[in-house]
Amino acid sequence: MTDTKDKITELDDVVIRFSGDSGDGMQLTGTLFSDTSALLGNDLLTFPDYPAEIRAPQGTIGGVSGFQVHFGQSEINTPGDYADVLVAMNPAALTANIKWIKRGGTIIIDIDSFTEKNIERAGCVKDPLQQLGFRDYNIVKAPITTLTREALKGLNLDSKSILRSKNMFALGMVYWLFHRPLEFTKKYIEDKFKKIPVVIEANKTVLKAGYYYAETVEALHPSYSVAPASIEPGTYRNINGNIATAWGLIAAAEKAGRKLFLGSYPITPASEILQELSKRKDLGVKTFQAEDEIAGVCTAIGASFAGHLAVTSTSGPGLSLKTEAIGLAIIMELPLVIVNVQRGGPSTGLPTKTEQSDLMQALYGRHGESPLVVMAASSPRNCFDYAFEAARIALEHMTPVILLTDGFLANGSEPWRIPDIDDLPAIHPPIVEEGAEDFQPYRRINDELVRGWAVPGTKGLEHRLGGLEKMAITGAVSYVPENHQVMTYERENKVKHVQRHIPDVKVYGDTSGEMLLIGWGGTFGHLYTAYRQLKKEGYNLSFVHFNYIKPLPANTHEVLKNFKKLLVCELNLGQFASYLRLNFQDLSFMQYNKIQGLPFKIEEIKEQIKKQLEVQ
Amino acid sequence: MVETAKLAPKDFKSDQEVRWCAGCGDHAVLSAVHRSMAELGLPKEKYVVISGIGCSSRFPYYMNTYAMHSIHGRAAAIASGVKVANPELSVWVITGDGDSMAIGGNHFIHVLRRNVNLNIILLNNQIYGLTKGQYSPTSLEGQITKTSPYGTVETPFSPGELAIGAKGKFFARTLDNNVSLTTSILTQAARYEGAALIEVLQNCVIYNDKAHAYITDKEMKDDRQLIVEHGKPMIYGKERNKGIVLDGLKLKTVTIGENGITEADILIHDAQNPDPVLHQMLVSLNPPEFPMVLGVLRSVEAESYDMKFHRQIEQVKSTSNKKSLQDVLHSGNVWKV
Repeated sequence: MTDTKDKITELDDVVIRFSGDSGDGMQLTGTLFSDTSALLGNDLLTFPDYPAEIRAPQGTIGGVSGFQVHFGQSEINTPGDYADVLVAMNPAALTANIKWIKRGGTIIIDIDSFTEKNIERAGCVKDPLQQLGFRDYNIVKAPITTLTREALKGLNLDSKSILRSKNMFALGMVYWLFHRPLEFTKKYIEDKFKKIPVVIEANKTVLKAGYYYAETVEALHPSYSVAPASIEPGTYRNINGNIATAWGLIAAAEKAGRKLFLGSYPITPASEILQELSKRKDLGVKTFQAEDEIAGVCTAIGASFAGHLAVTSTSGPGLSLKTEAIGLAIIMELPLVIVNVQRGGPSTGLPTKTEQSDLMQALYGRHGESPLVVMAASSPRNCFDYAFEAARIALEHMTPVILLTDGFLANGSEPWRIPDIDDLPAIHPPIVEEGAEDFQPYRRINDELVRGWAVPGTKGLEHRLGGLEKMAITGAVSYVPENHQVMTYERENKVKHVQRHIPDVKVYGDTSGEMLLIGWGGTFGHLYTAYRQLKKEGYNLSFVHFNYIKPLPANTHEVLKNFKKLLVCELNLGQFASYLRLNFQDLSFMQYNKIQGLPFKIEEIKEQIKKQLEVQ
Repeated sequence: MVETAKLAPKDFKSDQEVRWCAGCGDHAVLSAVHRSMAELGLPKEKYVVISGIGCSSRFPYYMNTYAMHSIHGRAAAIASGVKVANPELSVWVITGDGDSMAIGGNHFIHVLRRNVNLNIILLNNQIYGLTKGQYSPTSLEGQITKTSPYGTVETPFSPGELAIGAKGKFFARTLDNNVSLTTSILTQAARYEGAALIEVLQNCVIYNDKAHAYITDKEMKDDRQLIVEHGKPMIYGKERNKGIVLDGLKLKTVTIGENGITEADILIHDAQNPDPVLHQMLVSLNPPEFPMVLGVLRSVEAESYDMKFHRQIEQVKSTSNKKSLQDVLHSGNVWKV
């Protein structure tokens, strides 16, 4: 073998997948690696892929928890299709993930865990290692358990605590492989275990042991370096979609001069929004953990009546439960933001996985003619912007707004240039002040058909709202047939007019041509990357991605009609494609759909586009 | 704050025509609410009335305050949101036995458990009136209704028992036809800082007429109603010679002057005792063996949810090193490019 010891290979971008038992700490390991890479200036995107069971039987495929990070020296928009490096802490992790590894990739395994018993637990008849083509991969069989024990021999720790540090050994190895410093992780360990010095010592020792082991062992050479990305100057942090959503809502409340109220019930993968906003009591945020999903939205409606920026957060089945109350908010024309972090459905479905299958529910899943605004975020960090937008539209247009994110955006993280709150636009809710003359609850106060918001406690503006149909202007109960039609149109047109206050959809590439690739929501990164790669390869392709669904941007038809082929890609059976067909009956749409609880792969989108381009 | 001129009950009436059936018990309750609000002396804009769905839930339209006629069973949840948003408001919930005991049962128990400072008026007519006569969770076992043509085979809820079981701290019971008792109870409930549940035994003249007739009977009512007051003996009867005593682990009715019983033997009502055992027993007394117990049965002091909620926010705000969103955005791992 040639001496490769001091060789360092430069790479543009790298994908690493950490995998192990759901109790092995793989999410933390992945997060720590991502944070270090981000601090070194890489752009990145992460994708946690974990089971619904908190602790599935140890060593089984069902209990494998994975965390993928894609980092690089240029713009990174997806967590990557296939991994360059896989860390597999046991046979189950290897078996579950082998199909996600690039040919020629590096696989780091804890060889100590490849016992007969564990192989059996993983459901394998034969040792999965023997089934790998050795020439296809660079397999590093590291005795991680043994070496972790060895490293901690001097410390007075029980066996369980020792085994819990194994992930740090693996992390140390990967740090060496990619020339990352250990300082950030050491600092994290020191902060995290402030009160238990022995645990700090143990984790740091094992981290270093892994690092030096990697340096010594021949199989891991050469090591790689990934240069920092050239990114816009500013202050950055890593952020995931749920935290970004929570913070966007706080920013909107501040800009609107309203208090923020969240009524919510814990549900995967949306709970983190409730958790984060609960922490933000330090900023005066009011969170109410309700007795059920219905009470979540109902308390929010009460808070909205009382003049707050009111929000409820949930996921698919929870949105179903809130449906009746959303109808009430629609007829009362109160501002309300409903965040739906989509997951695989129906029913409990795939609660920890991602999907875009609640679009039709968001648009139409209610009783009666009940229009509201539907929008979708498209990256973990722009959840901040669209949460802010959802709140702006709800407040300024006196309407419920459903903001769709998904499990992929919610849990995925990426570096985010921290905005200056002062630079965000002011929000102007139509508050009616005391002393307003001849206040009428349902008088339209502008061309947008918005009614005034008179808040309880304001003298002289006492009025009654409710679920019964309202007389135009006065808001008194009315069963007059013609009035119902008038009010139904007013509610519908109020939502339509939001179109005047949202930006046009942006076309990537030429504004006419052979094919337009169309997406919405959380699939942006994958579709955009596929588009860019194909464009580079010379294909006649343009791309649009929608964040505003109802109403659609004003230029939508103008954009779509200039392409021969329209290909709508989404993680459902074609809900957005159907919606576009309904809106633009003169156009014909092709569709590509995936329903596996997983994001698209760039490769499969590219393949599909090529195939559809060939169709005559 | 400068108090406006004292308002009269009529100031709380809206301009809407009241559409309940003639003879419906709701009319009297509406009148008691108007009186109580005038008595409490808050300006109109400080009152918010939230109802669910059902006959009684038409209430908000007849109020000249802020009000909302919401959806079935959810008034308690919506009112909780209003109260948490603005604790300065006096928030009243109007609900019925279908609204609160059936579809809204979950919100009912949790609003009491949390002790949100609300006045919850439950009009109990033991029937679904608005949907024209189906049995409700408080209908008596065996009751014949449109959906129980052969009699119900269900055990009814007693709202008071449920309230105490749900850690409720304030429970009162009144009759629709006793406007002065209802007014007095509503005012006490409004002044109580926590979730106050007032059960109004209310007559549905169309679908369940005379459901409470045994108790309200003009001739016999004094013998069939015990109106308790905190600190006073539980004496009732036309001749004020009947009373309640504790006999072992049970309550018993006695006659003063018989079997050596004197007034001193009669139980003194302690509404403020946190121990719910005796309150639970009083709530469960039923005619004809016992009088129906009316008045404020339980009124235990405890900090309300909304007070604790805001106290916690103020405390966290004062000790946190994060004073603005900008501080939060820049906390933890951040780096400059």
